[in-house]
Amino acid sequence: MTPLAGYLLVAALVFAVGLAGALTRRNAILVLIGIELMLNAANLNLVAFWRYSPHPELLTGMMFAVFSIAVAAAEAAVGLGLVISIYRHARTTDLDEMNRMKG
Amino acid sequence: MNVVFWILAVITVLGGLTAVTLKNTVHCALAVTTAFAGLALLFLQLDAQFAGFAQILVYIGAVAILVVFAILLTRGSETPAEGVFSRTWFAGLLIAAAVFAVLGWAVLHSVAALPNESAAPAVTVLQIGTALMGRYVLPLEIVALLLTAAMLGAVIVAMHEKGEQK
Amino acid sequence: MANTLDQIFVLLSRWIVSLLPVALQPLVGILLSVVAIIAVFPGLFALTTVLERKGLGRMQNRIGPNRTGPFGILQPVADGIKSLTKEDIIPTSADAVVHFIAPLVLVVAVFMGFAVLPMGRNMQLVDMDAGLLFFFAIGASTELSIFMAGWSSRNKYSLLGAMRAVAQMISYEVPLLMSTVAIVMITGSLSLVKIVEAQNQYTWGLPHWYIFTPWGFAGFVMFCIAATAETNRSPFDLPEGESELVAGYFTEYSGFKFALFFLGEYLGMFSISGLGTTLFLGGWSAPLQVLNFVPSWIWFFSKVMLSITVLIWIRGTLPRLRQDQLMNFAWKFVIPMTLLNLIVAAVWHFLGDGWLRWIVCSAILLGVYVIGGRVQMRGKKFGPRSYRYAE
Repeated sequence: MTPLAGYLLVAALVFAVGLAGALTRRNAILVLIGIELMLNAANLNLVAFWRYSPHPELLTGMMFAVFSIAVAAAEAAVGLGLVISIYRHARTTDLDEMNRMKG
Repeated sequence: MNVVFWILAVITVLGGLTAVTLKNTVHCALAVTTAFAGLALLFLQLDAQFAGFAQILVYIGAVAILVVFAILLTRGSETPAEGVFSRTWFAGLLIAAAVFAVLGWAVLHSVAALPNESAAPAVTVLQIGTALMGRYVLPLEIVALLLTAAMLGAVIVAMHEKGEQK
Repeated sequence: MANTLDQIFVLLSRWIVSLLPVALQPLVGILLSVVAIIAVFPGLFALTTVLERKGLGRMQNRIGPNRTGPFGILQPVADGIKSLTKEDIIPTSADAVVHFIAPLVLVVAVFMGFAVLPMGRNMQLVDMDAGLLFFFAIGASTELSIFMAGWSSRNKYSLLGAMRAVAQMISYEVPLLMSTVAIVMITGSLSLVKIVEAQNQYTWGLPHWYIFTPWGFAGFVMFCIAATAETNRSPFDLPEGESELVAGYFTEYSGFKFALFFLGEYLGMFSISGLGTTLFLGGWSAPLQVLNFVPSWIWFFSKVMLSITVLIWIRGTLPRLRQDQLMNFAWKFVIPMTLLNLIVAAVWHFLGDGWLRWIVCSAILLGVYVIGGRVQMRGKKFGPRSYRYAE
C-alpha cells in the first residue's frame, strides 16, 4: 500500500468519525465538533494529494487547505454564536427537543 | 510507511473517536483538540509546514477555545437527563459506516493508480507569500471579507438584545 | 580568540558529537542542545525568583527574603525543597485526569518555544523557515492549559480566574502578532535567524536595531504591552490577582504541580522576552561596533535579563487594570495602533533613505497616538489626585 493511500484512509476514517458524531449526538456543540472533524479530514486529503502531485511547487493543495482552515474558523464562530443565541431562547442545547420551527 | 505515521494516525483517530463518544462535553472538546494536534503533526510530516503551523494557531489556539467557551456559556458541562446519544443514533452510525466503506473501497481499489513518493518540495514562506499576492490574491481578499462578515455576524447574533432580560 | 569564545558552545557540542559513531550523531547533537536549554533556563528562573522578591521588596520599602544564604540567594533552593515535599492535594470532585495534565501541557508548550530563539551566533536549536509562526502557534497552545487548570478544579474562583485569563490572552494575541508583522514585512522573512542578521549591521558605529526606527519603537511598546498581558503579569494580572481571587486558576494546586505552573509562567516570561529581544533589540548583536569582541550569547542574555528587570519594575509600580479596562484598551486602542504601525512601516520602506522618512513616520505615529488618546479619554472625568491618610 503506497503512503498516499495510508493518508487517504486516515482522512476517510476521521471523516466517518466526524460524520457519526454529527449525526448521533444530542448536544448542538458536539454536532459542531463533528463538523470541524470532517473539515479537518478534507484538509488532510488536500495536503496529501498536494504532496504526492507531480508539480508541488504550484502550491495549490496547501493554499486550498490554508483557506479552508480560515473558512472553517469563521464558520465555527458563527455556528457557536447561533448555538448560544438558541440556548438563550430555548434554555436547552438538546437537538432532539428543538424539532419545531415555531419558538 | 514509518512508525511516526502510524503513531500520529492512531492519535488522530483515537482523538476523534473519544470526542464523539464521551459523556462529558468538555472532555470531548479536549479530545478533539488532540485530534487537531495529531492532524497538525501529519501536515508537518507531509512537508506542509505553513499549513501545520496555521492549523495549530487557528484550530488549537482559537477554535478549541471558542468551543470550550460555548460549552461553558450553555451549561453543557452538566450531565443531560436522557443520555447523550440522540434517538436516531443507529441510523447515523449506519450512514457513517456506509460513507467510510465507500471511501475506503475507492481508495483501496485505486491503489495502483496513485502516484508514488516524489522528492520533498522545498516550499519557502517567500514562495507562499508570492503565491498569495500573485495567483491567489482574489481568494485572499474574499476570505478577508468573509472573515469580517463572520465576525460582525457572530457578534450580532450572540449579543444581548436591548430590553431582553439578561 | 574572540571568535572562539563566541562560538565556544557550538564548538563544544561539535566536539562531543564527533566522539560518537556516525549513526547516532544527529540525535546526540539535538539532545545536547535540548539538555542545554533545559539546564540553563530553569537556572535563570531560580535567579529571577530571588531578583523578583528582593526587587519587589525594595520597591515596596521592605527587605525581601534574607534568611537563606547571604542576601537570600539560596531562597530558590528552599522554595524547591518546599514544593517537592509538600503533599499533593487533589479535591475530591476535581477532574483528576485533566487536573494532572494541565501543568504538563503548559510546561511542554513553553519549552518548545525556546527551540527557535537564536541565543548567539549559530546558537539556535532549529533554524526554521517559519520560525516566528511556530513560536506564536506554540504560544497560543498555552491558553488551553490555563483553561484546563481552571475548569478541572471545580472551584468558582479557579473557573473565574481561568475565564478572565483566557479572555485576556485571546484579546492580546492579536496585538502581539500584529506588532511583529511590521518587522517581518521590512525584513522579508519569518525566520528569526534572518531577522537578527538583518539587524546586525552598523552605520557610524550605531546598530540597525529595529527599536531605533519610529515604527520599530512603536511596535516595541505595543509588543511589551501585549507580552505583559500574555504572561499575565502586572498590571494585567487580574487572573491571578492575589487580593481578589485567592490564587486564580491555580488555587487548587499544591506541591510540585504548583511549582510546575510557576516554572511555566516564568519560562513564558523568558521566552517572550527572548522573542522581543530578537525582534526589536537586535538579538545577539552588540550595541556598538567596537564591542563586537564580547561574545554574542552574553549580549543576548544580558538583554533578556534587562527585559525581565523592567517587567519586575513595572510589576512593582503600576496598579492592576480591571477586566473591562484591559479589554477596551486592547480592542479599541492597541489594535488600531498596530494596523497604523504596519502602514507607517510600509511608508518608511517606500520613502527611501534619508531624513524625510524619519520625520514623516514619527509625525504620523505621534500625532495619531496623541489624538487617539485624547479622544478616548474625553468621556472620563478625572479630578485632581487626593490623598487620605490614616489619622
